[in-house]
Amino acid sequence: MIRRTDGGVRVDDARRIAHGARGLPGYHAPGLGFAKQGGVSEDRIRVEDVHLSFGGRVVYRGLRCGFPRGKISVIMGGSGAGKSTLLRLIAGLLRPDSGHIFVADEDITQMSERDLYRVRDRIGMLFQHGALLDSMTVFDNVALPLREHSQLSERDIAAEVSRRLVAVGLPDTEQLMPRQLSGGMLRRAALARAIVTDPEIVLCDEPFSGLDPLNVRRIESLLIELNQRLGLTLLVTSHHLPSSLRMADQMVFLVDGGAVVGPPRQLLASGDPRVREFLEAEVVADDPLRAAETSP
Amino acid sequence: MRASDGLRGLGLRTSKVVYQLGGIGLFLVDVVWKGFQPPLRFRRLLGEVFDVGVLSLAIVCLSGLTVGAVLGLQGYNTLSRFGAENSLGAVVGLTLVRELGPVLTALLVTGRAGSAMAAEIASMVTTQQLDGLRMMSIDPVDFVVAPKAAAMLISMPLLNALFIVFAFLGGYLIGVVLLGLDGGVYLTSMQDSITFADDVAGTLVKSVVFGALVAFIATYRGYIAEPTSAGVSAATTQTVVIASVAILLFDYVITALWGV
Repeated sequence: MIRRTDGGVRVDDARRIAHGARGLPGYHAPGLGFAKQGGVSEDRIRVEDVHLSFGGRVVYRGLRCGFPRGKISVIMGGSGAGKSTLLRLIAGLLRPDSGHIFVADEDITQMSERDLYRVRDRIGMLFQHGALLDSMTVFDNVALPLREHSQLSERDIAAEVSRRLVAVGLPDTEQLMPRQLSGGMLRRAALARAIVTDPEIVLCDEPFSGLDPLNVRRIESLLIELNQRLGLTLLVTSHHLPSSLRMADQMVFLVDGGAVVGPPRQLLASGDPRVREFLEAEVVADDPLRAAETSP
Repeated sequence: MRASDGLRGLGLRTSKVVYQLGGIGLFLVDVVWKGFQPPLRFRRLLGEVFDVGVLSLAIVCLSGLTVGAVLGLQGYNTLSRFGAENSLGAVVGLTLVRELGPVLTALLVTGRAGSAMAAEIASMVTTQQLDGLRMMSIDPVDFVVAPKAAAMLISMPLLNALFIVFAFLGGYLIGVVLLGLDGGVYLTSMQDSITFADDVAGTLVKSVVFGALVAFIATYRGYIAEPTSAGVSAATTQTVVIASVAILLFDYVITALWGV
């Protein structure tokens, strides 16, 4: 008899999760007036025919994909497939060799750094290791974008920061330094900073990597709640299949310099051997008992 | 075929050098321009002046005292051979003000604060903190680099002045207190030999130029560091090596051109 572990998932279970929770047509999320509708949706971000290589290594060969407004898109793929690179391209931190990237209908590939700052006002980014400024307290880190870009008084900023820290489950951490936080707390503090200016798009680079199952669920719930309550467009890179299936409205699978895009159930049923091979491997990797069973 | 390969290689190397020089030039212009653009970050500047200046006080003062003492001892022994020990104040004063003060201070500050500056910025590159700032629409050159560069520029002349004062004291302790020279003679000889227009202005010019050099090299090496731990280490080492050589080179150029 095989028991499922906490974070583990089988292909059948994966399909059940994908059908039962999200990604189904007509799924409506309880929230603040933002209803998730299935079917065709406007792409808030479009990647068109992007080519990129580092030295001799080709990362993208004509990559095309879109990320719908107000949905959670999970970007998956093997190591080196270009998941984080895709987020960096969308954030304008990297420029493609050729092709176009549209964020809110603006082509950012030819933009000056100054113009990019205007686009980035709409984007929050959660980096893999938080990227909090280590010379500042958690409070100052979260308050920084408000101090730089808003006319709020210090009192209002303090109230706003406290509210965001409470929202991510980190009350009473204002005066701690980033080095005093655990991995999960660090990422939640970084998430508070990413959303403090109410961006419409949030990019999350491997938010679950290196976290225990409890923290994975905590971050996952936070991201889903943000999407549901605020209608944020979320792009999440992840290797964590169970969380990805629970969260995703759309999955973008990066392979061979291109992308296979679709709702989770469609990707799980995909006949593409490259996608199947990866998902099967992920399923086994997420279930140690099954991994032990299937190993020769 | 071989000749064309060689030409292509030469062309590639040349364009790479031109590209790097262009990058250095643009970075320099960017730092200077943003240093004077609002918002002027006084709080960050004060913090950086504390890091560069205040935290370097102990090492600069102690080194100044020691260098002055050695100069006093060596100078006395050499001058006494010619019966000119009364000129000890002039020798110690001129040597420190014109040469040793700015050069040694710059080398000490490079080792202590310049390397730390490069390591901190490189570490921010590695941990994506600079990218984090960009994502908050905050220019890292404006927020991180410019205050650090300005702090180095402000601190270097002040530390140089302190180094010289403590070296004077070291020379006085050895020459007057230990070896028995007359204090009045020592100080008068020093006062008569040092002129403001040549010597004091010269030391100020040198320390400002050295401060700018260290500030620029440290921030640039940190800013372009590879985002790895080896990159942080390389940025730190290169800062110390390049800045030290540049200080000695510019010292010669300034001395040769302006005779200070």
